[in-house]
Amino acid sequence: MRRHHDMGGLPAGPVERSEHEHAPWEKKVDAILRLLVAKKIMTLDELRRGIEELGPGAYDELSYFERWIRSIANVLLEKGVFGVHELGLAIEAAEARRAAAEACPKTVPAP
Amino acid sequence: MTRPRFRPGQPVRVKALFPPGHCRTPFYTRGKRGRILDLVDVEPDPEERAYGRPGLPPVPVWRVVFAQHELWPDYRGPARDQVVVGIFEPWLEPLEDGG
Repeated sequence: MRRHHDMGGLPAGPVERSEHEHAPWEKKVDAILRLLVAKKIMTLDELRRGIEELGPGAYDELSYFERWIRSIANVLLEKGVFGVHELGLAIEAAEARRAAAEACPKTVPAP
Repeated sequence: MTRPRFRPGQPVRVKALFPPGHCRTPFYTRGKRGRILDLVDVEPDPEERAYGRPGLPPVPVWRVVFAQHELWPDYRGPARDQVVVGIFEPWLEPLEDGG
């Protein structure tokens, strides 16, 4: 009946009102979404639908921009923009770049 | 474009529908009675666009006023307290005045 995200009126604790800095990866997620929308590859409605479909566990555990990037990845998989295997390889390559940067921070420029 | 079917001040009821997909109508308003405040805009249907479809023709979005005690049976604040919610026209049905 009531879906998990549709929590208007339910007890949810106080609203977090403090301002906070966004991490570079969060700004990147925002930039990726803006590009995808500007290029008409996906819509904000698809983003929202994808966030709702994360389900109660992930919805509560993930941070705001983690929900975004999970939803974006799932929507782009649905649309065939990339495949599961391709995405897996890209994540592996990104993790290798990060490990290299942490091992030798001065010689690896930020991508 | 869908021609708006309501007018400001008109009593309406939000349809008591509970589909499993992406809904833009908050759960707590479904089946509740309110009154049209004004027309916000006419927009492609987000419940269609959420699934990659164009959502055309665009549908009117209304601001609807609800009494808090209509939405929350245990509401203890003043009777005049209200909430305004943006609701897409397909979710609304007209009510007779006083209905």
